Amino acid sequence: MKEKMGTTGLIFNEPLLWEKGSTGRTGLSLPRRDVDEAPLDDALVGEGPDFPDLSELDVVRHFTKLSQWNFGVDSGMYPLGSCTMKYNPKTNERQASIPGFSGAHPLLPESLSQGALALMHDLQCYLGEITGLPAVTLQPAAGSQGELTGMLIFSAFHKHEGRARTKVLIPDTAHGTNPASAALCGFKAVPVKSGENGILSPESVAALMDEDTAGIMITNPNTLGLFEDNIRKVTEIVHNKGGLVYGDGANMNAIMGIVDNCDIGVDVLHLNLHKTFSTPHGGGGPGSGPVCVTPEMEPFLPVPRVVKEGDTYRLDEEYPLSVGKVHAFFGNFGILIRTYGYILSMGKRLKQVSRYAVLNANYIKESLKGDYHLPYDRPCMHECVFTDKYQQEYHVATLDIAKRLMDHGYHPPTIYFPLVVSGAIMIEPTESESKETLDRFIDAMKQIAEEARDCPDCLHEAPRFPKVRRLDETAAARKPCLQG
Amino acid sequence: MKAISDLNLPEDVRYTDDHEWAKKTGDIVRMGISDYAQDQLGDIVFVELPAVGGTFDKGEEFGTVESVKAVSELYMPIGGEVTAINETLADEPERVNSDPYNGGWMMDIKAGDPAELNALKSRAAYLEMLKG
Amino acid sequence: MRYLPHTQKDIQQMLQVVGAADLDALFSSIPDDCCRKEEMNLPEPLTEWELNAHMDNLAAGMGASPAYKVFMGAGSYHHYIPEIIRQLLLRSEFFTAYTPYQPEISQGTLQTIYEYQTLVTRLLGMDVANASMYDGASGLAEALLMAIRVSRRKKVAVSRAVHPLYRKVVETYLAPTDFEVVTLPVGADGRTDLSGLKDLGELAGVALQSPNFFGCIEELEAAGKTIHADEKTLFVTAFSEPLAYGLLKHPGACGADIACGEGQSFGIPQSFGGPGLGMFAAKQKYVRAMPGRLIGKTVDRDGKTGFVLTLATREQHIRREKATSNICSNQGLCATASTMYMAAMGGTGIRKLSRLNRDRAEYLRASLAKAGFASPFKAPTFNEFVVRFPKGFADTWQTLLEKKIVAGLCLAPYYPELSDCWLMCVTETISKNEIDTLVKEVTQ
Repeated sequence: MKEKMGTTGLIFNEPLLWEKGSTGRTGLSLPRRDVDEAPLDDALVGEGPDFPDLSELDVVRHFTKLSQWNFGVDSGMYPLGSCTMKYNPKTNERQASIPGFSGAHPLLPESLSQGALALMHDLQCYLGEITGLPAVTLQPAAGSQGELTGMLIFSAFHKHEGRARTKVLIPDTAHGTNPASAALCGFKAVPVKSGENGILSPESVAALMDEDTAGIMITNPNTLGLFEDNIRKVTEIVHNKGGLVYGDGANMNAIMGIVDNCDIGVDVLHLNLHKTFSTPHGGGGPGSGPVCVTPEMEPFLPVPRVVKEGDTYRLDEEYPLSVGKVHAFFGNFGILIRTYGYILSMGKRLKQVSRYAVLNANYIKESLKGDYHLPYDRPCMHECVFTDKYQQEYHVATLDIAKRLMDHGYHPPTIYFPLVVSGAIMIEPTESESKETLDRFIDAMKQIAEEARDCPDCLHEAPRFPKVRRLDETAAARKPCLQG
Repeated sequence: MKAISDLNLPEDVRYTDDHEWAKKTGDIVRMGISDYAQDQLGDIVFVELPAVGGTFDKGEEFGTVESVKAVSELYMPIGGEVTAINETLADEPERVNSDPYNGGWMMDIKAGDPAELNALKSRAAYLEMLKG
Repeated sequence: MRYLPHTQKDIQQMLQVVGAADLDALFSSIPDDCCRKEEMNLPEPLTEWELNAHMDNLAAGMGASPAYKVFMGAGSYHHYIPEIIRQLLLRSEFFTAYTPYQPEISQGTLQTIYEYQTLVTRLLGMDVANASMYDGASGLAEALLMAIRVSRRKKVAVSRAVHPLYRKVVETYLAPTDFEVVTLPVGADGRTDLSGLKDLGELAGVALQSPNFFGCIEELEAAGKTIHADEKTLFVTAFSEPLAYGLLKHPGACGADIACGEGQSFGIPQSFGGPGLGMFAAKQKYVRAMPGRLIGKTVDRDGKTGFVLTLATREQHIRREKATSNICSNQGLCATASTMYMAAMGGTGIRKLSRLNRDRAEYLRASLAKAGFASPFKAPTFNEFVVRFPKGFADTWQTLLEKKIVAGLCLAPYYPELSDCWLMCVTETISKNEIDTLVKEVTQ
């Protein structure tokens, strides 16, 4: 048996910020005072916040130590299904921190913003080309805000057609943000059961589609990692009753250059730049969720829009049918820069990205299907789903398998999602991982399957190596302590 | 999760399709969630109950019960006025797990139509539903 | 390509295990009529060196600070960002980590965001803060939706002195609902006029911004009392410059039920308007109605202190269509940056920096007034204020661009009655000399 990749090492305890410091210390270089103090009505003045006073080294050590308790993509394989934890290219950071971009005020006159506007315009074109849906907004600040924008477009479209519709069809495999976004727009989420084979059947959609349904939200490939084979029939059924098709593009990493979303009948699609397009996850954000639509839906896109006139770029607000604004300015421009850099670095190779992502997932699927139960034994796309069915007889659950993987030096895959599969383990390796890394991961998973048989408590007690063991989430929720 | 045969399902209460129990004492009907429900939810962390005096119809949603990983709506087993709620659940929601039929009771209802209670399931019928 | 490790040998070996003849075979199950007919029309990929040159070229014509002296605020502020923040943020364990769903290996993120939540509650004087929303604008929209949920009423009132772009986002969020937004007028002194409030009927919430879009410091305490005359109405305070609370009385002391705003000033570059940081805090009794992520303290099975995501049942991945919001991410990295900034600045530092911002702005205001350019508004201001300029200033403004000076933001597109006024902003990054230069230039 090979040596486990996870091992012990010296990391440090570190108190909370306000448990450190001493009044009068500072970590900031205060600019020189060259003006007098101006009077201010006492009634408006407060005491100032009770922040600790720390020296520069206090701050540096604090966050350095904290970072050592974390696991990132740079630490090791991070196969979170539906999250696309691919490598975040470092050159992206160099581009985002160019002073001309990082120091730019969003309301600068157009003559002084041409570089940024050109970048946004060209990025719109590239994303339109990649998705097959040519009209693009870069404004939404995250995937779920992109979904909200999509639902606003549904609502505006139907209102414009003179009939408000109240329902949206959502497959039971959908990500939780789908029904939440629909509800925010006043739609009732109507669940559609997926078939035995894990994909939508046209019959089940036809049974529910009517003229009070605004449309359907589909993720393709779906959250089981399966291509929705019947998608053209499904979109036809929805369109025939005057509905629209929303595409959740979270799984775009499987189909770049391979599927044309416009062709298969999608009207509105959002992308997750922090997934498919390599921008960093940052511990939970910021993301970016551009929305790409058909020419028919273009009038409804948020404003302002970036337009090109001759050789110059400008911002245009004159779109009377626009749904409005979802972000104070133009979206997460800092994230757009990184995406732009990535697309320029990859070009047509984005198709290779998808091909290798799918190859990696299938390789894992075939290698582990003897050790773990595979509910859908058919070719998968960029992710595959296993369950804990074989381990249940040893009283080992998906949760235990995930926690033990940490000791082996891997971030666990997505667990207990999608909800339609009991005990789901969703593995998405991405194209970034080499064959050696995948082989070591497969080895670790096989070892864990053996441990489940021979030493189930090894899994129940896991993880052993990280800074903390399993945490009491019940106590955290019963008596919430949300600040110190 | 408990096996169905291990569940505690008293004879002297009626059960709803939504895994709640209801028990009549004089004018008042007391309700809570069944052992099956608390077992499925896991460690209960919060119970949201309406204010005393509110009235709801049979089947109307009146509150929620939350565990760490899930949340379930609570529906009126019968229609009526809320005359009392179990205040101890605010500090000790775990009572719903440890003692779902007594210390973990949730609400007292003054029934609008007492006949509605008869429409609820007996222990035997509820057990059938769980097995099927 | 350096991001794609697969060699031909790797691919052959893997295809054998998978049982596919070639890579195309992996996609054979996709119906023909779903397959893309043409190659993607994208430019030739650039090398790292070509990309650098291309991007430098693109950025070259931008009117960015500090090369340009930009006297604009309006929701985006130029502040100095200490080098330690740039370097600490680039630690890849923070940078390349995901949402802390597996807390045992995410304690770095979790403790940082717990510290963020805590410092935000102290800054705003509130009981509980979430792990952040996308930006000040969407945060305000979510705050009003929260007020509607909590009060079970359908109407909200928002001051016209709240940032016009935030108000547009609020309108967009509320458009598909049957909730109503009413606009409150601005008084002659530049502050919100609440005299007509009682005539508006039952309100779910009333939102004021302080300092408001005109830089004026609202009388939040008095406003809070007026608004709470109706016990069910929530008092929502917004802000776009959190540095103000290093000096001014915080929303908590003024009776705010929800305080929300833009945190970009704290260690986050302006970056042409995004990413920002939606700070969001509320009174304890509203915690279960709050949108967004929450990090809580707990212990592990050895009794060691640790942090976890908690109260997750409010959120979309559990509650789905009944969630308090559809938000899935927070602005993780931005919240981390702001925590580092607040830590570096400290309690003593924020008071000093806050004062310096105001004093520099007051110096410009006084100098302009002396030169004959006065503010139409009497209310005291923080680091922004409105100035009325004579006819022809638009041309002066244009000419000054060539001298790398952006002399304020014209209010004409936002407030037609103030079309001859400009919103001026001064932070600690603009020196007295640079202020003197501006005054000299506009006086010419």
